[in-house]
Amino acid sequence: MRGERRKPTNEMKLELASRSVNEALARAAVSAMATQLDPKLDELTELRTAVSEAVTNAIIHGYRGSEGTVYINCRCYADRTMVVKIKDKGCGIENIEQAREPLYTGDPSGERGGMGFAIMESFCDRVKVTSKPNAGTTVTLTKRFR
Amino acid sequence: MKQATVKLHTAANRLIAAIGGDIDHHSAADVRAAIDRELYLQKPQILILELSAVDFMDSSGLGLVLGRYTKAKEIGCSTRVANPTAAVERILKLSGCEKYIPFLQDTEITREVYNERKGEN
Repeated sequence: MRGERRKPTNEMKLELASRSVNEALARAAVSAMATQLDPKLDELTELRTAVSEAVTNAIIHGYRGSEGTVYINCRCYADRTMVVKIKDKGCGIENIEQAREPLYTGDPSGERGGMGFAIMESFCDRVKVTSKPNAGTTVTLTKRFR
Repeated sequence: MKQATVKLHTAANRLIAAIGGDIDHHSAADVRAAIDRELYLQKPQILILELSAVDFMDSSGLGLVLGRYTKAKEIGCSTRVANPTAAVERILKLSGCEKYIPFLQDTEITREVYNERKGEN
């Protein structure tokens, strides 16, 4: 992505304990940085929602409730693009294609809709997923504010 | 960020769960437990999830709605979603759940909840 090769106008790095209480903190931090690019309210909601999905996935599926760190790297670019990387060093995803399918869920309780990736894809311009079993997963969300 | 809240009202075989605040994976657990407790206690015919005061919701909120639909169905209770904001409605409709969960807007029953909530503030 061209946005990633250029020099960012601002950057933030966050490391959060993989606790569900930090999902709101991650959203608030990324949202606070995004306001520097003066997004519309619905664009900001879209970004917050996508970040929430990726961070929740890292906590529930990456670390499966065990202790770990969620790494967030957030970059702003001059063309009002924001690139947010959410990385975990958890169990990784065996089959990324399957995980990205709408309604697929790795959670058997019936309390997860299996729509996390569908929401990220619908709310961002680009969603990149790299993963290695037993090494971790990185989700890169790219969103350009209009 | 706002704490998730749920207020439960029972009226004429209906259980109304008025949900508010930020619904994510963390906060959904308490809301879910509160609704399920009342659902099994009251065994209503209709469960209405009133969502006008939800400020933020991700797919965990969708999971909350779909999970309640499933639980309610098991005890012969049907589910309605009432007054979702545009952002919440968009997330719910990504799953296509409006095909089996009717969406209500500004009905008499939910207006009662509105008024009651206004009285509290």
